[in-house]
Amino acid sequence: MTSSPVVTPPLIYFDNNATCAVAPEVIEAMMPFFDKFYGNASSMHFFGGQVAKHIEHARAEVAALLNCAPEEIVFTSCGTESDNHAIRGAFEALPEKKHFITTKVEHPAVLSVGKYLTGKGYSVTQLPVDKQGNIDLHELKTAITPETGLVSIMFANNETGTLFPIEEIGAICREKGVLLHTDAVQAAGKIPLDMKKLPVDLLSISGHKLHAPKGIGVLYVRRGTRLHPFMIGGHQERSRRAGTENVPYIVGLGKACRLAINAMFEENNRVRTLRDKLEKGLMEKIPFSYLNGNPHWRIPNTTNIGFEFIEGEAILLHLSAAGIAASSGSACTSGSLEPSHVLMAMGVPFSYAHGSTRFSLSRFTTEAEVDYVLSVMPGIVDKLRDMSPFYTQEIRKQAKAFQH
Amino acid sequence: MWNYTNSVIDHFTNPRNVGEIEDANAVGEVGSLACGDALKLFLKIDPASKKIVDAKFKTFGCASAIASASALTEMVKGITLEEAGKITNDDIAKFLGGLPEQKMHCSVMGREALEAALSSFSGEEVKKHTENESPIICKCFWVDEDKIRRNIRENHLTTVEQITNYTKAGGGCGGCLPDLDRILREEMARAGATAGSRIPGDTETGKPKKMTTIQKIALIQKIISEEIAQPMRNDGGDIELVDVDGNRVIVRLKGACSHCMGASATLQHLVQQKLRERVSPDIEVEEARDA
Repeated sequence: MTSSPVVTPPLIYFDNNATCAVAPEVIEAMMPFFDKFYGNASSMHFFGGQVAKHIEHARAEVAALLNCAPEEIVFTSCGTESDNHAIRGAFEALPEKKHFITTKVEHPAVLSVGKYLTGKGYSVTQLPVDKQGNIDLHELKTAITPETGLVSIMFANNETGTLFPIEEIGAICREKGVLLHTDAVQAAGKIPLDMKKLPVDLLSISGHKLHAPKGIGVLYVRRGTRLHPFMIGGHQERSRRAGTENVPYIVGLGKACRLAINAMFEENNRVRTLRDKLEKGLMEKIPFSYLNGNPHWRIPNTTNIGFEFIEGEAILLHLSAAGIAASSGSACTSGSLEPSHVLMAMGVPFSYAHGSTRFSLSRFTTEAEVDYVLSVMPGIVDKLRDMSPFYTQEIRKQAKAFQH
Repeated sequence: MWNYTNSVIDHFTNPRNVGEIEDANAVGEVGSLACGDALKLFLKIDPASKKIVDAKFKTFGCASAIASASALTEMVKGITLEEAGKITNDDIAKFLGGLPEQKMHCSVMGREALEAALSSFSGEEVKKHTENESPIICKCFWVDEDKIRRNIRENHLTTVEQITNYTKAGGGCGGCLPDLDRILREEMARAGATAGSRIPGDTETGKPKKMTTIQKIALIQKIISEEIAQPMRNDGGDIELVDVDGNRVIVRLKGACSHCMGASATLQHLVQQKLRERVSPDIEVEEARDA
């Protein structure tokens, strides 16, 4: 790989589900822990001891975001580690259970663990989803057997933003006596998560999706849940996750959680309004565009729209040339030759699966940025459709009728 | 993000010859919505001179698919049918200054559309899969055995991953990967038996033939400079051929590689293995003693 130059702003960033900017307050909170308070929290001297206090303060801030006890928070290195820890740790602690239930639309961090378990002789059920990406709760109920050890269903889908009814799913799991893990990486910080009300045993969070840096995550472990440690070594995190605490990042995540609590109202009002404006605008201006996901039951920052007859990578590169960063479920951008597994599981037709584009906003998104995307996107779609062999004269006529 | 050449970006951003030719007398259409890319190529051929006087295209696909189609139309304009018939997918990729390995199938799509257009002009029926003797190997992307074998041969493919990059076969469910491996082994065994035919000037016979010393040195030089030194340069290293003495091949490592602890392993495995496969099974590679 040759290195390409780093593109400097101005940047119109609509890819916050991939990762997002670290909040300035978070960076400020982290800085002293690199060069001033660099002690090891496990040390006996005052210099290490004062660091431990900051870790515990951060833990309390994460607990506040989740409305849980601080002891239920385990710091990890990322969402993927949290998912691995939850699923593999739960099954190791339940050696008699050999059945894992998940969905077809999970993040690879969960799907790959499912494949790993299959290789280890476990049976794995992947629940299908409907056109909007919802699972059938009755299907979940009937899938649970006495062999089932754990159900893992994401809180919100990363590609479409579709929310899963975790409260009802948890009630089913409780009734059947199986553990529930949820990957809440896309939900945490965007919608309220109340662990006092949610019947969830294990929950994963990733720092860099809520304006903390990359390299820090959380696994919530409900008190009393039997879980085998994933990383073994020292006694950090009450022996649940060994490894010297990543203090600056833990402090940063604590700060980010506090900021998220304060911004929750804004996320669900101003950000949602901007998302809706973008979505409505694009679908009004561009014929043959279709919303992917559940339109009513979604996280507030995400929209995923399929533009028929064109391909996603081409859309993204034209957007990129206009300074706009977005994401696509097309084959060419998913790192494989097939469109996203999420869109395929939803039965999205190939005609617009390949042209599906995700715009994910954050509280740093402005209305001017939304207006800019609205001004640029129709031209990009037109340009690509003009050269598409599938955008025929007849379809073009229908499009004209659509616009009148 | 893909590492596209400036030429690919240029042909993607400002594609040449987009559109349809109303009175085209040769049209080739390949790919589908399901496959993720498709190309419809329109040619206007002068029946008297057998020259392609105009070329236009419509494409559905990623940046490299659009760029490949644009490049193809530029390449074929003004040339004869005979010349057009000789264009390979590699020519299309080279015209663009190269394509990422995983995107080579875009150039293959270009060549296939050109072939389909040329046969439509000559009145040949474009073979449909149903009439085709060749079995479908990859059912996700509907790739038949002939296409796979042809791409292995023409592009000298040596791994199953490359087959996927060039033909898309195996890129879906992965169920056909064992078949691809079998076909690849068969083709490589075939190529091994005719290794001598890779020497320039000997491609006609296709039969094993004893190389002259000069041909052998030329082949070793070519393999080292094109297939070994090139990838090493990306890592800041380099390799040069110092001498060939019977079956002893003496090379010198340069740049980053010369200080690398893994250098001798690199020599042993990479260079020797490649030369043994391609030139002679009893080649021994050594590093030059002088520094």
